[in-house]
Amino acid sequence: MSNRELYDIALTVNDQEVKGRVKAETTLLDFLRDNNFYEVKKGCDKGDCGACTVIMDGKSTLSCITSVLQAQGSKIYTVKSLGTWDKLHSLQQAFVDYEAVQCGFCTPGMLMTAKALLEKNDHPSREEIREAISGNLCRCTGYKKIVDAIEAVSKGVRK
Amino acid sequence: MKENFSIIGKRLGGLDEKDKVLGNVVFADDFVMPGMLYARVFRAEKASAKIKCLDILRAQSLPGVICVLTADDVPHNESVKNVVGQTTEVGLLEAKHQVLVKERVRYWGEAIALVAAESPDTACRALELIEVEYEDLPAVFDPLEAMKPDAPKIHGDNNIIASWKLRKGDAEAGFAQADVIVENTYRTPRQEHAHIEPESGVSWMDDMGVINIRYAAQVIEHYRDIATVLGIPESRVRVIGTLIGGGFGGKEDVTVEVFLALLTWKTGRPVKLTYTREEMGYGRHKRHPYVLKYKTGATKDGKLTALEAELVSDAGAYVYLSPWVLVYSTVHSTGPYFIPNVKVDASSVLTNNIMSSACRGFGGMQVAFAYESQMDELAEKLGMDPLELRKKNFLKRGDITASYQEITSEVLLEEAARKAKAALGEKGRGSKTKKIGHGFACSWQSYGRMTYLHDTSSCWVNLEMDGSAVVRTGIPDLGGGQRESVRAITAEVLGLKLEEVHVISTDSQVTPLSGTVTATRALYMSGNAAKLASENVRKIIVEEASEMLSAEPERLNLKDKTVYSVDEPSKLLPLVDVIKRCAAEGKVPQNLATFKAPFTEPITTDIIKDPVFPDFTFGAQAAEVEVDLETGKVNILKWAAAHDVGQAINLNRVEGQIEGGAVQGIGFGIMEDYLEEEGVPLTWNLHDYIIPTSKDVPDIMSIVLQSKSGKGPFGAKGIGEPSISAAAPAIVNAIKDAVGIRIYHIPATPERIFLALQE
Ligand code: FES
Ligand code: FES
Repeated sequence: MSNRELYDIALTVNDQEVKGRVKAETTLLDFLRDNNFYEVKKGCDKGDCGACTVIMDGKSTLSCITSVLQAQGSKIYTVKSLGTWDKLHSLQQAFVDYEAVQCGFCTPGMLMTAKALLEKNDHPSREEIREAISGNLCRCTGYKKIVDAIEAVSKGVRK
Repeated sequence: MKENFSIIGKRLGGLDEKDKVLGNVVFADDFVMPGMLYARVFRAEKASAKIKCLDILRAQSLPGVICVLTADDVPHNESVKNVVGQTTEVGLLEAKHQVLVKERVRYWGEAIALVAAESPDTACRALELIEVEYEDLPAVFDPLEAMKPDAPKIHGDNNIIASWKLRKGDAEAGFAQADVIVENTYRTPRQEHAHIEPESGVSWMDDMGVINIRYAAQVIEHYRDIATVLGIPESRVRVIGTLIGGGFGGKEDVTVEVFLALLTWKTGRPVKLTYTREEMGYGRHKRHPYVLKYKTGATKDGKLTALEAELVSDAGAYVYLSPWVLVYSTVHSTGPYFIPNVKVDASSVLTNNIMSSACRGFGGMQVAFAYESQMDELAEKLGMDPLELRKKNFLKRGDITASYQEITSEVLLEEAARKAKAALGEKGRGSKTKKIGHGFACSWQSYGRMTYLHDTSSCWVNLEMDGSAVVRTGIPDLGGGQRESVRAITAEVLGLKLEEVHVISTDSQVTPLSGTVTATRALYMSGNAAKLASENVRKIIVEEASEMLSAEPERLNLKDKTVYSVDEPSKLLPLVDVIKRCAAEGKVPQNLATFKAPFTEPITTDIIKDPVFPDFTFGAQAAEVEVDLETGKVNILKWAAAHDVGQAINLNRVEGQIEGGAVQGIGFGIMEDYLEEEGVPLTWNLHDYIIPTSKDVPDIMSIVLQSKSGKGPFGAKGIGEPSISAAAPAIVNAIKDAVGIRIYHIPATPERIFLALQE
């Protein structure tokens, strides 16, 4: 088991090139966390909670059930690609303003799902928002404020 | 204190929230130390067995494995704790606990050995190399069976580990006066907390020989338990709490901390241990399943005359907090109603199931399902509107409860119920196969710990030379914004902006101990402590300024870093000038304050007849549901939740607590059940154990009432737990309204509803 073959891998994360040697079964999530992208969270490691969501080549992707080999050469974005303390991304600002954040553990994944949604559909209905985030579990908020925040961004309103 | 708040009660987007959306927060599992080892826990795959042989040699000799620990390596593996305030009937309760299984496994998933290795993979492989030979022992899984004298015993010679009673008036006489009586048996599920962040932490030995454990802790005071297990002074163990990714009571009892400390103590190296999602399932306590027998009587004009109830909780294989959870159930079992004659008998029973312990609501939730189902059924029998019936019986300020506690704050139940019901609007029409129903439920829930525990909370506040403030508070933040509340309170009192207050929190050797983030006590206790310390600092400033301005200190105010006279606003001083003068005179503008909850004597009789809680939060929730006659599935169409929070600190956060609590309560009501078969867990994963997603619930309409009558800072009441209890009975009452059947065993799954419809 231990002398498995290692593969070279190269991809970009938040526009930075990241390289490594990995085992075939390494997940994208473990690879990202091993490379200090700790903002990508592990809630279940089974594809059930959405905490590990990143945007991979434009699509929201569960990094815990994605082999890092599948991500070879791809462009990955995590929540840290969005905004900065002085200039939050509109989704981040709305999550703060609408208190779509409690413990914040689901938040990095939730924000990436929301971003991918708005890129595909810039005026989603509340139902479409609920559908889009239904793979991202949040145990704290009850979801309403998350839907409010995403809807506000899609409508361009600021609280 | 001025009435017009500049911060309190507003919608605050806190600084912690900003760090959370930026992905900046270093959660427990995001922390690394150089040279860190990775730990795993080897767990039993038997519910009741003797370990005949435990072989760790192969695991130990796997390259990369640094150590494998078993019970023999734990200095004080077995602990016996006296549970304060236990009944004479059960005797002084000695809660036995073992860190690692020594000889006897009592539940499936119990920890047997610890492994630390150079990599997570190696630790995982080492687990596979540990071998155990078991001998099956008799087991019992049904708490009612476990109560019988000949049932296999889990510990000692009595499986009943706690029993409490309420005795008020004469129940028999009360039923004789009743025109209607309803009698039912209710059952509630074993709920998993299902916080999204797994239990996790990192430990290390520092250069002063102190074992540090940085982990997701609802109770940093566990450093004492760690010291006991290791047999070292408490001063040699430091717990550094993290911002917690949700807890709900799941991170209240000991989780990873003792294991981590043991491994670091043995190896001298930093160690990380993070539970897998599966392990969160079978390796940690759940909410107590209950069987609740209720008999309630009322006169034909709707006055409750008597309640008789028997409550049995399944404590699982270890005592943990079961006796206390049972106190909560017993006290809250009447519901928020004045009942002249009450007889309640409650027991908690050991079984070979996974242990039960703290979970949001803490025993107040299971009884709410029963007492609110009873109220609706009584109303139906009486032909009376369910709210009318409740109104005739709601507790009022000044009333004495069946546990002999005076209600000393406002009871806005009628307003809450009215508003929640009204928010639903007109009932939808439904269809031939989909029936619509409305239902609501009221609840009460204490906030603050049991007063015989003599709870205190400390906080230290200091003004820096530039007028900004630093606060040190031990209170952990489990995601509810506990740290932001302390910041807001300090900023309000000292007239500062939120950004001008820095809060250092949850470190057992750096921050004054503020107690646990449990029991809906955080705002009440640490908020009052922060307010007290800030007010004391304010006093130092105002007194100094009063000399400088020749004005009465009472007539001075602090705002925007200025101290000014409220009578002559032109009489003012920059705050920094006052601080400078304080410094020059050695009057340091700092304060360490301790807030004390009311103290009472431990309960020593079986019957609870003295106040147990500081106060209660009251509320109501209302639901519109659609029941599919063909599948039995319940669809929740509308939801409103109204709670009196006394005074909101951050209105957004209050709504968030209400909305999140309601949804967790909905999960409890219709979908969540941690299943075990003969003690073997069946629902380890989030694809087996289903919690509400965004598609399972509607927009929760939260209605915040503010009586300003609470015991917390500025009249606040707690809301963390109170928001969860009314949900399940509201759904069940709405199902009854929709299709005419009553569900007595939750969750109200499609299967249960379908079967009930067939009858
Ligand atoms: S960690 Fe990937 S879905 Fe839960
Ligand atoms: S904010 Fe805690 S899980 Fe979503």
